[in-house]
Amino acid sequence: MVQLTQGPDAAVEGNPTADAHYEHPHPRKGFFTDTSICIGCKACEVACKEWNRNPVDSDYTLSNSSFDNSEGLGADTWRHVAFVEQDRQRVEEARESGRALVSLGMPTLRAPGGGTGGADAGAIRPSARTGARSGPLDGPIDAGLVGGLQAGPDMGGLDVLSSLGSAVDSSAVDITPPDTPEFRWLMSSDVCKHCTNAGCLDVCPTGALFRTEHGTVVVQDDVCNGCGTCVAGCPFGVIERRKDGIAQPKTDRSPAPGVHAEKPSKADKAEKADKAEKPKKNKNSGVAQKCTLCYDRMTDGQTPACAQACPTTSIRYGEREDMVVSAQERVAQLHAQGRTEARLYGANPKDGVGGTGSVFLLLDEPEVYGLPPDPRVPTRDLPRMYARAGIAMAGMVAAAGLAFLGGGRR
Amino acid sequence: MTTSEFDSYRPPEEPRRRRRRDRPDGHEKAGGREQGNRRHRSGLAPSTSDGGREMAMVPEPQFSTTASDSYYGRPIVKAPPWDERVAAYLVCGGIAGGSSLLAFGAQLTGRDVLRRNTRITALAAAGVGAVALVADLGRPERFYNMMRTVKLSSPMSLGSWVLAGFSTGAGVAAAADVDRMLGEKLPLGPLRGMLRAVEAPAGGLAALLGAPLAGYTAVLLSDTAMPTWNDAKDDLPFVFVSSASIAASGIAMITTPVRQTAPARALAVLGVVADVVATRYMEARMDPVAVEPLETGRPGMLMKWSERLAIAGGIGTLLGGRHRVVAAVSGAALVTASAFTRFGVFYAGKDSAQDPRFTVEPQKRRLAARRRAGITDDSITTVR
Ligand code: SF4
Ligand code: SF4
Ligand code: SF4
Repeated sequence: MVQLTQGPDAAVEGNPTADAHYEHPHPRKGFFTDTSICIGCKACEVACKEWNRNPVDSDYTLSNSSFDNSEGLGADTWRHVAFVEQDRQRVEEARESGRALVSLGMPTLRAPGGGTGGADAGAIRPSARTGARSGPLDGPIDAGLVGGLQAGPDMGGLDVLSSLGSAVDSSAVDITPPDTPEFRWLMSSDVCKHCTNAGCLDVCPTGALFRTEHGTVVVQDDVCNGCGTCVAGCPFGVIERRKDGIAQPKTDRSPAPGVHAEKPSKADKAEKADKAEKPKKNKNSGVAQKCTLCYDRMTDGQTPACAQACPTTSIRYGEREDMVVSAQERVAQLHAQGRTEARLYGANPKDGVGGTGSVFLLLDEPEVYGLPPDPRVPTRDLPRMYARAGIAMAGMVAAAGLAFLGGGRR
Repeated sequence: MTTSEFDSYRPPEEPRRRRRRDRPDGHEKAGGREQGNRRHRSGLAPSTSDGGREMAMVPEPQFSTTASDSYYGRPIVKAPPWDERVAAYLVCGGIAGGSSLLAFGAQLTGRDVLRRNTRITALAAAGVGAVALVADLGRPERFYNMMRTVKLSSPMSLGSWVLAGFSTGAGVAAAADVDRMLGEKLPLGPLRGMLRAVEAPAGGLAALLGAPLAGYTAVLLSDTAMPTWNDAKDDLPFVFVSSASIAASGIAMITTPVRQTAPARALAVLGVVADVVATRYMEARMDPVAVEPLETGRPGMLMKWSERLAIAGGIGTLLGGRHRVVAAVSGAALVTASAFTRFGVFYAGKDSAQDPRFTVEPQKRRLAARRRAGITDDSITTVR
């Protein structure tokens, strides 16, 4: 809304719906996933599966990688909780690499409080901070929450710069979080990033993938013909084509909310056992599937199922700008406590995908969580690729012409 | 430390391993895969290195080791769900595109047999390719949704339109020649006159879209997050049009008597030179890690044999191209070389998605290079 009336830069940076030419765009919605308070309960994974009625995606086998047996995002798993065990050395390394980010002379991103940089001061949404304090799920990290996790120094008014400065030169590695010192668990709930420049959406030939009025990226199940181009186009490996007939829920799924299930009789159960023999096709088999940011719930003004289910507010949902602001406040807070391993992922509008709708706070390098360290939307290079291909094609025509001119003798 | 008679049943104590920390940024292990990734260590709590140690009942999860590590070695990007049918389409598209150019040349220079054969080749290859492409869809019955929109940002969309236009042109042109071949016995009635009238423009249309059909697939592959395909983006189109040229010429040399195939032989020789040079140049310019899938394993084998066959076919064409049998054998070598190139590139890209190393290492390298160059504001990881 406000962004669209600003300069083109503000529109592109703030809200990708500008590209989609919505007449009545809504504020861009997004997630802030704060992995530092995730407890790995997987409520989000389950809630997402249930709400979207996604089929099972494994044979209930153990993956032998910590407590993670769903292994990764895919056509049937739209939220995935990663578990990583790390020893102390690794924690120290992570702290070091985070500190290195600070000393890089970091980009002039928006300071906490909004704004898309100096030139676009007008784009600051006055509600950016206050808006974040509205709902219980959207609330900023308050002292109680943080205090419950660790005895951090009282941040008072969050004097970011000075506390950062002191964190850089004085706070030693010894300010360890009150965890087991030898060992830590990283848990992170991964999800589709709803990129500002989404590779999946760009390369989809049918227009099945589209940008919603909330700035999210959604597949239209009934349009997608399963060409699979989007799978390769996503720099984060999120979207996937659903297989048919193979993965089958062990029992029939519960009916839609509001519909009453009949009590299964004995005969029904026997019939069910019969049916279980031959796998039947999954809903949307052969079609690309991924997180919709609960488009159906959003349309009704509801919070996405995963965010609603999250007991620690590790997954927070709201207007993307507010999410970025909360994320920036949180990372400053952690740095001030000496936890320099904290860093944001996806909050930079200048990155390879133009910033992500789902912003993450990570406690180690992105690849440790299975995230690409420097993703770049492939279509950003497409004009150049077309140009190179054009030259090559011209060369082919020229070669053929030459062959006929030179090959005059028969 | 406690001792009991049951201690003898314990498996022997393993010395606690410390991981090496001296790797500066993980590049060194480009050669050997991190074996430690899959290593199961026993003894979760390092302080208890004596008999008080807990027995591990389940395999221990590994700790992630170096900075270039990944999440349990799992892929970061996902390979497209394309199988060999798409690779076959890549081959067919090249043959079809190149053949239409030869057909148009033959049409202009009055080489009847060459024109007829290449037109039929073009149509058949485009037809087989299109069927393979549709069959590979998750929902083949919805293939027509490709024609729902024209989307410049999607090479697949543009390619579908190119294929549709090409097939129309090649189909009409080939129909005219087939009719002629059958002695004009088909009950076409007044249609025959129309067919004759549009035959030449249709051949022109097919020729116009021939090079795009042969080359767009390079953009289709490069415009993805698959490390090897994406990293080849600058030079892959040159490889693909060269290999299309040799494939089409090769088929023409098989199907057509030597007296009419001089242009095809010339194109074959030009194509071989371009193919070998472009492929080598491409590989030399790629990231040393991203190029690995193209040089090792099955794709590496295919690429190597592709080059050998192309050179052999080229030499055969040059020296013995006027001999019918030698020409046909050389032609077969060239077609095979082209197919190997495309299958090799296809597999390499899919393979490069399987190991996170191919995603992580080149990306870290380019990020570090940008930082060294003083560009520090475009990282996806920030602290503010
Ligand atoms: S993360 Fe992947 S699937 Fe999600 S919007 Fe971005 S490109 Fe698309
Ligand atoms: S699989 Fe479906 S959503 Fe993905 S690119 Fe193809 S048509 Fe679009
Ligand atoms: S927003 Fe909805 S679809 Fe996306 S991960 Fe959460 S619950 Fe699943």
